[in-house]
Amino acid sequence: MEKIFNQRNVIIVLIIFALVFPIIYADNRYVMHVMTLGFIFTISVYGMNIIAGYTGQLSLAHAGFFAIGAYSLGIITTKTEINFWLALLLSVLITSAAGFVLGLFALRTKEHFFAIYTLIVGYLIYLMIDKWDELTGGVRGLIGIPIPDPIGPLTFETATSMYYLVLVFLLVSIFVAVRIVKSLTGRTYIAIRNSEELAQTLGINTRFNKLVSFVISVAFAGLAGALYASLTRFIGPEIAGTNMVFSFLMYLIVGGIGTLSGPLVGTMLFVWLEQFLKGYQEYQMLIFGPILILIVIFSPTGIVGGFYKLKDKLQNFRKIKKSRSAKPVTLNSDEK
Amino acid sequence: MAFIQLTGITKKFGGLTAVDNVDFEIEEGKITAIIGPNGAGKSTFFNLISGFHKPTSGTILFDGKDITKSPAHIGARLGIARTFQATQLFEQSTVIDNIIVGHRLRTKSKLYDAVFRTPREKREEQLAHQKAMEALEFVGISHLAETPVATITQEAKKRVAIALALATDPKVMFLDEPAAGINPEETDGLADLMRKLAASGITICTIEHKMQMIMGLADKIMVLNHGAKIAEGTPQEIANNPIVIEAYLGGDPVVEVK
Repeated sequence: MEKIFNQRNVIIVLIIFALVFPIIYADNRYVMHVMTLGFIFTISVYGMNIIAGYTGQLSLAHAGFFAIGAYSLGIITTKTEINFWLALLLSVLITSAAGFVLGLFALRTKEHFFAIYTLIVGYLIYLMIDKWDELTGGVRGLIGIPIPDPIGPLTFETATSMYYLVLVFLLVSIFVAVRIVKSLTGRTYIAIRNSEELAQTLGINTRFNKLVSFVISVAFAGLAGALYASLTRFIGPEIAGTNMVFSFLMYLIVGGIGTLSGPLVGTMLFVWLEQFLKGYQEYQMLIFGPILILIVIFSPTGIVGGFYKLKDKLQNFRKIKKSRSAKPVTLNSDEK
Repeated sequence: MAFIQLTGITKKFGGLTAVDNVDFEIEEGKITAIIGPNGAGKSTFFNLISGFHKPTSGTILFDGKDITKSPAHIGARLGIARTFQATQLFEQSTVIDNIIVGHRLRTKSKLYDAVFRTPREKREEQLAHQKAMEALEFVGISHLAETPVATITQEAKKRVAIALALATDPKVMFLDEPAAGINPEETDGLADLMRKLAASGITICTIEHKMQMIMGLADKIMVLNHGAKIAEGTPQEIANNPIVIEAYLGGDPVVEVK
């Protein structure tokens, strides 16, 4: 049983599922749209996981950077003639540059102060988008964002093709996140999360490493934002709002902060849950609230962390059982 | 010239003088101990050398280099390692996972290497792992490598903390009360480990309250009281020093020692 459910097989099954999913739901634009949206948010949450989950700095400006990515793409593609793919790259670069500048200042603060500082910066980004009418369209939003330009024979006019495009970006994002976390660089970030003081005595330049991981996390948000803009083709200032950043945070915490599959699990779960509960609108939080509280109390590392803990317990239990049942056998052999 | 030389080191926190005009030398390859009553400024003294605090005045030379204003991570790269009074290990992780990052400062892999898993990344990951295992073997707990830190004994945690410091390839190791909170038998084991470290060429400087351990271990002892150095010498000299005895046991208040 365990051999069938090992990590590699689960990943293969998930990828196959993601690949065949559009064939099953090809006619259902709504399902495809929600799924694609879920993937985009997942990319963003993976970014948040790097800075908050691994480096241990809870940034609440994440939705702000998501919006910077979205608006960069929106503004470049609607106001200039630049090719979509170049615009996408530029959006990620602009977001990263903004993150770099903010990081220089914000990372001088620590813990709660960093969270509050970034929360305020996130709100400032929202205000800027909301008030800068000439550039962002203000409250009316930005309309008419084009779909991605075709790459050779590949066009992105259908919901299915957008789905596959975003899926590719999602897989690349997860791949990059996994590589970073499992590398020496990732160990450096985890050391900072564990104890900044200790990390410094181990020769780690904590300021520089925090800044780099912050820029990476922001780049994920920028990419997700840009994809979001070209998927929905209309963006408004509310994507920079505090509701958005707390949604990201909820996805991350419920899925498992500081775990590699947590962002995927949490985001997809909630994106679908939100759809099922759409009819209840303002009562949604009556369900999300208790889920969040239960998770934080009983499994601080979320669904994924809880799953691994359970697995470890089971394995230990089996080991004990095995060593107990092994004893009589050795006795028997002694008698011979 | 001495290996580590401190000249006129003073540290003031607002109106409080934590370390007061201390001159001190640490010799290479020796075990040096700093003792003194609680609040004497011992930990502050460590924080000054390891770069967590900047001295208000005075200079610190390490191997001839001026490190007075160097931040902690630069000191570590030069070869200064330290442990903390309360071990700051990552409890949920295994022992080996805690220690691998110790050699990070001697590796050069960057983000690019991580994403593309370059040969350099692979080579350095292996090196860091190997260094971690060597360090664990040195401190005598290689059998605990795969055990979560949360489940090992207090004494083993102290050894893990030393292994972590060892993995940085240090020239000198500052140990802040390495024997606090462990029993006499374990204390002896730890003293042996410190001798072994010194014998392998690492200079040791330790803060310790367990006098019996220090007397048999240190080559040189400095005594701090109210931030000032009141005595310095071999264990024998310290044990017979009336000023030290007074600082520890209290003396006739009329006898003002200057």
